[in-house]
Amino acid sequence: MVEVLKYDIVIIGSGLAGLRAALQAAWTSGGRASIAILSKVQAMRSHSVSAEGGMSAVLYPKETNDSLELHAYDTIKGSDFLADQDAVELMVEMAPKEVRFFERIGVPWSRLPDGRMAQRPFGGMTIPRTTFAADKTGFFIMSTLYQNVLRFDNVHIYHEHFTTKFIVENGEFKGVTAIDLKTGEFKLFLAKAGIIATGGAGRLYRFTTTAHSTTGEVLAYAMRAGAAIKDMEFVQWHPTAMVPTGILITEGARGEGGYLINKEGERFMKRYAPSRMELAPRDIVSRAILTEIAQGRGWVHEESGMGYVGLDLRHLGEQVLNEKLPMIRELAYRYAGIDPLSEIIPVRPAVHYTMGGVHTDIMGRVLMADGTWIKGLWAAGEAASVSVHGANRLGSNSLTECAVWGRLTGEQAAKYVLENPAPITEGSVLEVAKREESRVFDKLLHKEVNAVSVYQVKRELQDIMEEHFGPFREGSKMSEGISKLTKLLDKVKSMRVEDTGRIYNQNLKDALEVEGMVELALVVGMGAYARTESRGAHYRLDYPKRDDENWLKHTLAYLYGGEIQLTYTPVRITKWKPEERKY
Amino acid sequence: MPTITVRVKRFDGKTTWWQEYKVDVKGLKISVLDVLLRIKEEQDPTLAVRYSCRMAICGSCGMVINGKPRLACETLLEELETDVVTVEPMWNYRVIKDLVADTEPMLMRLREVKPYILRDTKEIFESDIEYGQKPEELNKYLNFAYCIECGLCYSACPVAASDKLFLGPMILAAAYRWSADSRDRGWPERMKIVNSDVGVWSCIVAYSCSAVCPRNVDPGFAIQQLKKAILLRRKKL
Ligand SMILES: Cc1cc2nc3c(=O)[nH]c(=O)nc-3n(C[C@H](O)[C@H](O)[C@H](O)COP(=O)(O)OP(=O)(O)OC[C@H]3O[C@@H](n4cnc5c(N)ncnc54)[C@H](O)[C@@H]3O)c2cc1C
Repeated sequence: MVEVLKYDIVIIGSGLAGLRAALQAAWTSGGRASIAILSKVQAMRSHSVSAEGGMSAVLYPKETNDSLELHAYDTIKGSDFLADQDAVELMVEMAPKEVRFFERIGVPWSRLPDGRMAQRPFGGMTIPRTTFAADKTGFFIMSTLYQNVLRFDNVHIYHEHFTTKFIVENGEFKGVTAIDLKTGEFKLFLAKAGIIATGGAGRLYRFTTTAHSTTGEVLAYAMRAGAAIKDMEFVQWHPTAMVPTGILITEGARGEGGYLINKEGERFMKRYAPSRMELAPRDIVSRAILTEIAQGRGWVHEESGMGYVGLDLRHLGEQVLNEKLPMIRELAYRYAGIDPLSEIIPVRPAVHYTMGGVHTDIMGRVLMADGTWIKGLWAAGEAASVSVHGANRLGSNSLTECAVWGRLTGEQAAKYVLENPAPITEGSVLEVAKREESRVFDKLLHKEVNAVSVYQVKRELQDIMEEHFGPFREGSKMSEGISKLTKLLDKVKSMRVEDTGRIYNQNLKDALEVEGMVELALVVGMGAYARTESRGAHYRLDYPKRDDENWLKHTLAYLYGGEIQLTYTPVRITKWKPEERKY
Repeated sequence: MPTITVRVKRFDGKTTWWQEYKVDVKGLKISVLDVLLRIKEEQDPTLAVRYSCRMAICGSCGMVINGKPRLACETLLEELETDVVTVEPMWNYRVIKDLVADTEPMLMRLREVKPYILRDTKEIFESDIEYGQKPEELNKYLNFAYCIECGLCYSACPVAASDKLFLGPMILAAAYRWSADSRDRGWPERMKIVNSDVGVWSCIVAYSCSAVCPRNVDPGFAIQQLKKAILLRRKKL
């Protein structure tokens, strides 16, 4: 039995982008649009709560000698010139407005003595422009946004509803289907407008800073519905994840003056990025750390066998640690048994951010590979690729992106549904939903004793990604990886779901996730294999140079006859000509 | 390699039973959550646990561990000082399945205390001004803004155990957090809500909420501050 619910707008995902969109849609529609937020976790528990360091914006240009132009340039250079420059200009222009909006709705921003918002330096940013709330910025923004959503009676929150499918008919968005995990009921959300805000896909890899829920299956689901997926080969490794858990030590720690040192006690960044040192962009610092480890100048963690270097915060002193990095001190103490005031934190790069995502135009409208809009559908946040981060995101630009495109998409969706007052009808969509229900619950009927477990497949997937599509890539290795992934896709079909109950069937949810993840992994692999150059986070040992002549373009993946195909679309350049990227 | 015995109180929607698992671990610096996930992935995929960030900030994995309400992701085996780990779902909630408690009814009541800045809404949404806030004003409420809505305080509250109408510690702490914010103008409105039987006056000052709070939010203290402001007839918190 499919339960049918009708809404003007359905927002899938309740991280920073999704909640920002909900808030704007609720306000813009003046209470006249009905809005549903679906989240596979309880809404306030979305991955955005983990963001530590801050949100970029030019707030006080006179006092800090900063400008929108400079923020845009830093971002574009950081992106290794793959970002779309018009989108970057839009982002930096709206960023200060969003930070001030967050200030008015109650975010506890850290302050200067005169009451203005404090800002800290961040990697690749030439001026300190990262606004922060201690080192729990994402958490504080999330909790403020979530509680503000409660202002509006026309926003309904569906906690723990797992979206399984996007329904698009004749190029127009019709709704989504979802499992209510709590009851096991299957629901069809019919809607005039949809916003995809489902975050990244860090868990394609094993060693990652992201939450367990950051699995990215929705990107594959969107691709099944006709959307194109852009630039998935660009995976960001954050330089400083704690060994062995992968828990992040924010770049803010280096922003506040922390050093990276090798076994010989040397600040090795001087050999890789002499002018920016520890605050060079993430791809550069990550490769530097891995090179140090590979050349024997790191330490080895006994239990896990992982190589690592040291993050030294000892010289920052107790006051800076307690006031600006309290969570770091707490996390290091709890999960590594280390007090950063007197000891060095063991760190190595871990997968952190997905530059790629659903292909959209500058307004966040979801596009097919040929550039047509799937009418009524938008995407925002890490799930989208607008693209402002290009081949490498600068730290603290992501929260900004989530806020800006959360707002823009929420606003547009609200206007769109108010302009289309016709009632929503089920039509043939209900049939589609019924077929989807059978597809999903038939998975509970696989009873083959030797069938592979969901978690076995996930382990194999993560092994393949770590081994074949890491920070240093090579053609032959990747082609091997692609054939392994193709084989894994077969195994997915015979995966066994052991839990056969309806209530809170996490095992079934995990199976649906893994299914999408393996498909998405293939998109990452194929895009990476095809791109015969090195740019930003995509580094190839066999093609170590950037190649603007052939590769100054975005990768688009889409499905044709059930097979993943690749095509390309140009980068939009406004005023910054590509130049060599040196720090 | 130490072997840990994990006793889990299970529930499948109809029946409750205790189940025992054995897990080999390499060391004791591993969290109870990681142990549960290993059981789920290697031994029993039917086990249900709510979890996400694994770094004590999302508030998903509250449960009762060896008799105390705690977050599973930040409870390391070494702290437990025993090789028998007993886990059960949080108290004072309906159980959905195994370790997953239905916290939603409690969470949804947050709305009742208007947990946001109350002042000109149009100004909030449409202007581009900055209200400003001095560090000392920030410090007045900051500690209470750390609440991750994990629900452990409610699980430990003796009043919530018997009085389902009581708003409970988390929600009252939020009422304090927002009223004590220098940007807010909503105390007169919020005061009417918390100055009631479902509000601060049902609290018996057991402080068990503050004792179990993983973020040291101290809801017990927030409730006493609210009482004080009401009794002193303060116009602004
Ligand atoms: C540890 C860490 C620290 C970071 N720090 C910073 C920082 O300081 N500054 C910065 O700018 N960036 C930072 N980032 C990046 C930033 O946090 C993320 O890019 C951003 O929070 C993503 O937000 P989002 O709203 O796009 O998605 P998320 O917050 O990831 O939310 C995704 C939502 O989608 C839902 N969802 C997913 N799949 C489904 C499905 N199938 N059905 C239903 N719902 C679904 C989830 O439940 C969730 O609600 C950090 C990242 C990490 C990992």
